Amino acid sequence: MTSPARCRSLSCALLFAALALATLLCAGRASAQDISGALDQFTQGNYGATEAALGELAVSGSPAAAGIVQALADGKLVFSNALPRKVFIETDKGLLDPLTMQPVPDPGPVKPVRVNNRIRRAIEAASGTLSLTSPDAATRLSAAGAVLRTRDEAALPALEKALAKETDRHVKSAMTLARSAIVIGMDGVPPEERIKAIEVVGAEGNQDALAVLRGLPDNALPEVKEAAAKEIAGIQHSLAMWDVVQNVWYGLSLGSVLLLAAIGLAITFGVMGVINMAHGEMVMLGAYTTFVVQQAIRTYDPGLFDASLIIAIPLAFLFTGLIGVIIERTVIRFLYGRPLETLLATWGISLILQQAIRTIFGPTNREVGAPSWMSGSFDIGQLSITYGRLWIIIFAMLVFAALLAVLRLTRIGLEMRAVTQNRRMAASMGIRTNWVDAMTFGLGSGIAGMAGVALSQIDNVSPNLGQGYIIDSFLVVVFGGVGNLWGTLVGAMSLGVANKLLEPYAGAVLGKIALLVIIILFIQKRPRGLFALKGRSIEA
Amino acid sequence: MLNLFTQARRIAGRAAVGAAAVALAAASVPAHAQETIKVGVLHSLSGTMAISETTLKDTVLFMVQEQNAKGGVLGKKLEAVVVDPASNWPLFAEKARELISKDKVAVVFGCWTSVSRKSVLPVFKELDSILFYPVQYEGEESERNVFYTGAAPNQQAIPAVDYLMENEGVQRWVLAGTDYVYPRTTNKILEAYLKSKGVKDEDIMINYTPFGQSDWQTIVADIKKFGSAGKKTAVVSTINGDANVPFYKELANQGIKATDIPVVAFSVGEEELAGIDTKPLVGHLAAWNYFQSVDTPENKDFIEKWRAYTKNDKRVTNDPMEATMIGFNMWVKAVEKAGTTDPDAVIDALIGVSVPNLSGGYSTMMPNHHITKPVLIGEVKDDGQFDIVEQTPGLIVAQEWSPYLEGSKDLIADWRKPLNCGNFNVKTGKCGGAGQ
Repeated sequence: MTSPARCRSLSCALLFAALALATLLCAGRASAQDISGALDQFTQGNYGATEAALGELAVSGSPAAAGIVQALADGKLVFSNALPRKVFIETDKGLLDPLTMQPVPDPGPVKPVRVNNRIRRAIEAASGTLSLTSPDAATRLSAAGAVLRTRDEAALPALEKALAKETDRHVKSAMTLARSAIVIGMDGVPPEERIKAIEVVGAEGNQDALAVLRGLPDNALPEVKEAAAKEIAGIQHSLAMWDVVQNVWYGLSLGSVLLLAAIGLAITFGVMGVINMAHGEMVMLGAYTTFVVQQAIRTYDPGLFDASLIIAIPLAFLFTGLIGVIIERTVIRFLYGRPLETLLATWGISLILQQAIRTIFGPTNREVGAPSWMSGSFDIGQLSITYGRLWIIIFAMLVFAALLAVLRLTRIGLEMRAVTQNRRMAASMGIRTNWVDAMTFGLGSGIAGMAGVALSQIDNVSPNLGQGYIIDSFLVVVFGGVGNLWGTLVGAMSLGVANKLLEPYAGAVLGKIALLVIIILFIQKRPRGLFALKGRSIEA
Repeated sequence: MLNLFTQARRIAGRAAVGAAAVALAAASVPAHAQETIKVGVLHSLSGTMAISETTLKDTVLFMVQEQNAKGGVLGKKLEAVVVDPASNWPLFAEKARELISKDKVAVVFGCWTSVSRKSVLPVFKELDSILFYPVQYEGEESERNVFYTGAAPNQQAIPAVDYLMENEGVQRWVLAGTDYVYPRTTNKILEAYLKSKGVKDEDIMINYTPFGQSDWQTIVADIKKFGSAGKKTAVVSTINGDANVPFYKELANQGIKATDIPVVAFSVGEEELAGIDTKPLVGHLAAWNYFQSVDTPENKDFIEKWRAYTKNDKRVTNDPMEATMIGFNMWVKAVEKAGTTDPDAVIDALIGVSVPNLSGGYSTMMPNHHITKPVLIGEVKDDGQFDIVEQTPGLIVAQEWSPYLEGSKDLIADWRKPLNCGNFNVKTGKCGGAGQ
């Protein structure tokens, strides 16, 4: 690039001079194709100029405009430091001229055109406007969506032009909606047209429509305002109903998190009666297992990333289950029948585990990524459901069903139930109660580890992860009825839903307090929880 | 059952923490007899605050090493005495007392939360020692024994709100915070400030959540709803610590982008972002007095040495680290000026001391025991760093007593003679009274 640089830069200068001349000739009446004026504005290094340049580009009709806007969005639009400043597009093959997309001689040091939120909005508006006439229907649809979101008045002429040519039904209705949204916020629109626009937007019936309608200028005519008020009232009415549904959904989602956190404890505390304060740390270990699995995948086979959680689930189960068995064999088995000592010992274990993780992985949060099938959301009516939450609910139900099946249908499950109900009788029937105890504790811990895999998706992966869940887990198990898995399910779901229904009225802090008060009163009335086990073993 | 459980848990917690602390203190007793100046480090290395405070402990040790390489202070080597108050507020006071009376440290660098600072205050007053406090806080305090090198609200919160008003045209505000003293006071100041700028009551939504909140679905949905009133909306977040990650994850989940509803945070820095995938968060903002991405030779040099010291070439730097560094250098300069480490002499010498900060200027210790700072607004980039989109042209002097609050607008602090008072009321002409 060194030897031809000089002669090329000369031609560059000539080109620049020609462009400058053209700019001068067209001053005040920018021609449809000439965007050099806009390009110069990018080099000024202030946001206002960049925004203005984007506006110019969007309506220029130049074939190069879309590429330039895209480059800016990707942070690839750069300008030279040396005067006269010029704009280039940065690619793997070096710098390109934005108009011709041809390589240019090295202009010396360059820096990117800076972008902030204001510019990002302008980019969205500009690229929406520019792709309204794209041959691809899906691109046009998303362009109409972009125009709807930004509601940029400058996009109106382009939108109307595109609307006249549009043939696809879906795209047409999206464009009509976008046009109506712009019209509502504009000054000097005839009232009939505005009322028609209000009806189009009102028919959407969602929160964005509400935002558009509320943005009606204050100087609108009374009949226009009335039409808008009518639509707003209608939308609010239907949204209020959807709100309840949404809150119940949030409640189920919270309930499934509580269920996941508590279900392991329902075994160690509920079935075995061990007050296991280290339960939260088992969840934490499961989350860290996920982190380690993802690190390994990132290093050795990034293509497997989407499967990382699936791989982590059995590993987390085995690892935390193993830790559980070790804890049971070395500490807890000496403490059966002594709840206070068990409590202190397991609390100590939880501190040891936390500090061990802190020493190995450091005190800061670790990043656990979300696989692509857990990102994003979809809508049912006005209800927005995120895939991540949906999968967690499904996972919680699967874990619950699997655990139930193990306890009901397998030999080890039968032995566990036998040992819980009557240890001595079970022992005389030839069951190795020691071994069953270790396996039961391992099972509970392993399930907590699996919960950790799911919780790593919604919470911090830090040494303190478990502490946030331990109290809630005990609440759920005690509330549901100690020793009853179905009680844990119902307890978790009702606590989740009650919490989420209270929260909008009382706020997060008061809502939580109110819930605790309700539980205290409930436990006073029914000390054994929702589903009390009846029978001799409980009294013993 | 539950009662028994919390009690036993508390006892167990105390016992374990105590044991750990004894072990640490024993380890820090010097083995050699050569005379040194001792520097106390009072940051939690275990418990919930370890996530933030461990880095500051490392920073002080780093500064001590650097200073010793330059020959120490007054011809003596510095020696750091590290204790672990384990995120336990009463233990902060015990450990502070131990540092001052048993280890005879000349100065203490420490505390993160306001409640830990309030808990050690009486100890520092009684034993007359010096505390450098390096974290942004709610203000409404000025003590003779404490030097505040973090931001007061007018050095962080108010410029951030101004930026959103001017550059993003925000008219509607969500003030969301964790339920404790820093967010509550900051939000009170911001609310008064916004109203003084003509923002109406119905355009301000205030929301508090418990510590460690992990389920943000309802609140984020509420924010979305609040933002659909046809006016540009922004969230001012004083959400603390661990609760931030689930909050930002939920924002991304529900599809709220920075171009729709930007969130400006006062407690989220490079360290906090290390635990999140930042791609969906691009454009959300933070206001600090320092970012790792500050483009100055001083900062480049600092990061280089810090990474060499920690032997980790990815280690990030953040605002409280810069504040710790400034505090440390101010103390060194004041000791050299006073020619002694005697607290009374050093406290007097500290006022007016200027040291370079990392954003290319000089920070000065003012008579109110707070320092002058530039304010930077940064947008989150996809690599977890911040793109600085605005920097105040000059340095801003801290208003320790906010002029926007009824109880403190007439108060000033001036620890020089003859005033020598942290809460002088200019109306009544008396020291003390309101605000205390």
